[in-house]
Amino acid sequence: MKPIRYLCTRAGTLILTLWLVSVAIFLAGQVLPGDVGRAMLGPFADTDAVAELNRRLGTDRPILVQYWDWLSHALVGDFGTSFAMRAPVAPLVLESLKNSAALAAVVLVFLVPLGVGSGIVAGLKPNSFADRFIVLAGACLAIIPDFVSGLILLMVFGLWLSWFPITGAAPDGAGFWTTGYYLVLPALPLVLNLTGYVARMTRTGVVQAKQADYTRSAILKGLDNHKVIFRHILRNALATTVAVLATQTGFLLGGLVVIEALFGVQGLGSLVLNAAKARDFPMLEAGVIVMAAIFVVTAAIGDLLQVALDPRQRRRGFQ
Amino acid sequence: MTGDMSLAARQAPVDRATSIRRVVERFAKPPVVIGASVLLFWLACALFGNAFVPFDPYADDLLSTLTPPDGLHWFGTDQLGRDVLSRIIVGSRDILLIAPLATLLGVVSGSLVGLILGYVGGLTDIVGGRILDAFMALPFVVVVMMTLVAIGPSNITVITVIGLAYTPLVARTVRSAVREQREQDYISAARLSGENALSIMFLEILPNVRETIMVELVTRLGYAFFAVATLSFLGLGIQPPSADWGLAIAEGYGFLTGGMWWVVLFNSGAIVSLVLATNLIAHSLGAFEDSP
Repeated sequence: MKPIRYLCTRAGTLILTLWLVSVAIFLAGQVLPGDVGRAMLGPFADTDAVAELNRRLGTDRPILVQYWDWLSHALVGDFGTSFAMRAPVAPLVLESLKNSAALAAVVLVFLVPLGVGSGIVAGLKPNSFADRFIVLAGACLAIIPDFVSGLILLMVFGLWLSWFPITGAAPDGAGFWTTGYYLVLPALPLVLNLTGYVARMTRTGVVQAKQADYTRSAILKGLDNHKVIFRHILRNALATTVAVLATQTGFLLGGLVVIEALFGVQGLGSLVLNAAKARDFPMLEAGVIVMAAIFVVTAAIGDLLQVALDPRQRRRGFQ
Repeated sequence: MTGDMSLAARQAPVDRATSIRRVVERFAKPPVVIGASVLLFWLACALFGNAFVPFDPYADDLLSTLTPPDGLHWFGTDQLGRDVLSRIIVGSRDILLIAPLATLLGVVSGSLVGLILGYVGGLTDIVGGRILDAFMALPFVVVVMMTLVAIGPSNITVITVIGLAYTPLVARTVRSAVREQREQDYISAARLSGENALSIMFLEILPNVRETIMVELVTRLGYAFFAVATLSFLGLGIQPPSADWGLAIAEGYGFLTGGMWWVVLFNSGAIVSLVLATNLIAHSLGAFEDSP
């Protein structure tokens, strides 16, 4: 298959996946709780008031009409008006996305050196003590809920030692470094969570590259050790790692409901949590579809990067 | 003839002994023993906790709210004056009931879907795979959160929702294991001998992918503890006044800045010990061996 056709197929499945997600969200958002007006006004509200609100919101129309209305507007970037904030949804989502991106950036600043570095150390000497320690510690850290490690870090570094502010939201007008400084404490639990995963993927890549024929011929050719490691092993091993990091960035941009709530970061996760609690469906739908879009796009970028970085896959991958 | 018989007869007990030794070798590793002991400890707390709690975990004492740990209340008291230690002991009950049931639901339904998609293949597999991908395009916590907000939190809904959210994850793993098996000779042999699809799936393939399913079960269990605690913390899981670790952390969180750390710290410790114990076992069963 030609590269162009590969990209087209890839984009096609991506759009199909997003469409399925939009249908699922719409069904979950509109069908399950039943009466939107009732949910907003509470169980004791007047029946007429509920009906009037449903009429004004357009939630009394047939479900397919509502879906088409939503989809046709969403496609041109209009996600409707928030029930709770009485304001257009799109700018609010964009603003929260900026905050999420700042948090994700701080996480990556710590995660990349730590995860990749320990993965390389583990992979170069498999089954050594360092390797076993890195793999087991990574697996254990990965499974501690982020809000638990977040709270422990908050108690130690925020309250006891007072090294970092206990909120992730920097004051208005804060500069680049201040914003980053406020986000260190919210970022650390995520770094702890993900380091093991990144390290494990890097390790696997390094172990495989070490056993490959090209590495053996490089050694037999008489290249010195660090040349073999940097030019032959790491270059090949890190393709997988790059793909993993791309996918994880998607998660960091959208999947951080708990950490954002805990540290008061006004990101996409908080936006979705608050919208869900307030039953603000236009906001919820927009937030979740943006999350899903980020997820599938970053996953696709990850796959493409992996193919692009590995010359053998470049030839094989497009078949 | 007799020689063969005696050989077989001699081999049988040896085989049994080796297989027992293999099981012992597999489980008698320090991580498994430590993990299992911690799990058993919490299980005992869940089952018999009421018998040995120092105080009534549900009794308010408004004269001694938020007292720091001392000789009387080892882990201090919470905002209603309830004994934190007693509530931690009893708080193991709901999470140890909900998480395993949710895991079981997810692994059984996921294995079923994976088995069917992997074996049938073709268009079913392509369409099914797309739908699984669509579900996995959303972060786990978002899927669970939306559903719980829509239908309201209760123990049953938490079990169902976590189970359903696990289904595509398990299905994908099982599907690829089944695909590998489908190409093996014994499947062609079974097909040629006229076995029907159902019996091939359940009697031939299923026993051969049970390792994958077992590992999936233990790994998912660890994450289910994670998920249940997280949902309770967000106010979407176990509801007050039940004693629950995640819930207690959410309630104690606001008092942290006032220097009252014990509710959060000890409940966090309980969650950490439970998920770590499960993870130690999963790890030793080979859950993370994705490299040679």
